[in-house]
Parts: sequence; C-alpha cells; structure tokens
Amino acid sequence: MLEGITSEAFILGCSAIGAGLAMIAGIGAGIGQGNAAGEAASAVARQPEAQADITRTMLLGQAVAETTGIYGLVIAIILLFVRPLLTAYMELGL
Amino acid sequence: MGLEISFSMFGNDYLVPDTVVNVWLVVAVLLILGYITKRKIESADVNEAPTGFLNVMETVVESVEDLVVQNMGESGRGFTPYILSLMAFLLLANLSGLVGLTPPTSDYSVTLTLALITFALVQIVGVKTSGLGGYIKGFGEPMVLLTPLNIIGELANPVSLSFRLFGNILSGAIIMTLLYQALGFIAPIITPFLHAYFDLFSGVLQTFIFGMLTMIFIGGNLED
Repeated sequence: MLEGITSEAFILGCSAIGAGLAMIAGIGAGIGQGNAAGEAASAVARQPEAQADITRTMLLGQAVAETTGIYGLVIAIILLFVRPLLTAYMELGL
Repeated sequence: MGLEISFSMFGNDYLVPDTVVNVWLVVAVLLILGYITKRKIESADVNEAPTGFLNVMETVVESVEDLVVQNMGESGRGFTPYILSLMAFLLLANLSGLVGLTPPTSDYSVTLTLALITFALVQIVGVKTSGLGGYIKGFGEPMVLLTPLNIIGELANPVSLSFRLFGNILSGAIIMTLLYQALGFIAPIITPFLHAYFDLFSGVLQTFIFGMLTMIFIGGNLED
C-alpha cells in the first residue's frame, strides 16, 4: 500500500495528522471560555450595574483559559510551516 | 505583506524579514505622534481646556493612568509610561494588518521581546520591594518543598504571555491569507467582516489583555 510514496511525502502527511491532533487541545480552551462567558452572563443578570467590571474580568479569565489552546495551535503551526520532522529526516541523510 | 530588506555586511548575507521592517514603521509612526504631541503641548495655553488632537491624547493618557491605578494601586502610578507605550505599540502593531502589512506581533521574536521586558521588570520590582533575601525567600512559600514549582511557575509567565499574543495574531493572519487564496476575486465581499473580527476585535482585545496581565504581574510584586 505504501509503494510509490516517498519518505518525504510520508513525513509531511504524518506532520499534517499530528497538527490536526494537536488542535484537539482547542476543546478544553473552548469549554473553559464558554463556562466563563456563561457565568459572566448570569452575573450580569444578577447585577446589571457591575457589567463593566464583570466583562473585564471575564475577558481576562478567558485569555488565561485560552493559553492551553494556544499551545496546541503553536505546535500545529510549527508542524505545518516549520516542518522540524522533515528537517530532522534530511539531516539523517538516509 | 510588506518590505523585505536583504543586505550583506562583513561577507555575510542578512535578510531582514518584513515583520521587523514593520516594527520600525510602527515605531516611526509612534515617534512622529509623540513629537506632534510634544509640539502641541509646548504651544498650548495652560489656562485653557485642551481641544482637538491634544484633548484626545489627554483622554488616552488619563484612561490608561486610571486603569494602572485601579489595578496596581497608588504605588503603581509610576508605571503608566511603560504600560502606555507598551499598549500603544501593541495596538498599532496588531492593527497594522488592516492596511495590508504583516502584523509585527505575528513574529515570535517581537512578542518574546515584549514578554521578556515585562518579566525582567517584574523581577526587578520584586527585588526592590522585598529586598534580595525576601525575594529569594518568596519562592519558598508556602513550603520549601514547593520551590521548584514556584520557579517553574514564574518562568512560565513570559512563555504563556508571549505565546498568547503570538498565537492569536498569527492564527488570524494565517486564516486571512488562506481565505484570500481560497476565495479569489470574491474575497473583497466576504473578508471585511472577518477583518473586523481578526484584526480589529482580536487585536484590541489582545492589546488590552497583554497590558492587563503586565499590570497584574507587576502589581503582585508591589508593596501595598
């Protein structure tokens, strides 16, 4: 089945799969940000006069919750655009 | 997009990427803005309320100063110039995608530099506030056993700070580039809304968050 596929193409394909898998990290960040937004919405419903403070706190908390998702994104971007695995294979000189 | 400069010096070839050239553009715009403000302040009448351009500048400075005092307390008022210049640079850098330039903050070297400046400032403020002994002792809180964790936690701050900004801006830039390639000639109809989100909303939000987190990190090491 793998006949006719060069090693470079195989590594590129696997890098793409790895990048896709790395983006699974987005699930956690999405759930966390959604939780923060939901809590903020109910807090505004309880205390509409504190909306400015609540929005600011929510945005800050969401930015921190986003960090793990961003780590996954950075890994995916490195796999797709920097291609460290392909470089490592080239350096093996097989 | 942007300008790339390649030159050779001492027998080596150097390539200056477009993001670094755009950093100089942003800095030049800020310098010109600062110079105009200085000229206007010098020629303004002290006894009259500022109007026009000077009024806008005063509002900006005052709102940032209020934000700093609100987050860091009265003792943090002296950090207003740093926070303001940081946020002004980040705002122009993030919004430069709107005029078709590659945002400078989509280059990791730029965001890492900014995060390291903040990190160094936080440590210096920590040493200044509690003395060198108290600063080192602070890592042993609440138990001596937790010292490695505290050190790792402190070192993770600049990494997460820089990656957050870099990842947000770069992902926006990549998505916009992919869209322009995929849509072809109908791109001008669809992309403006996405520019509003990825460049305008995301850029302003990340500027605010970088500034807020810087204030919180520095404020955590300030004495009350």
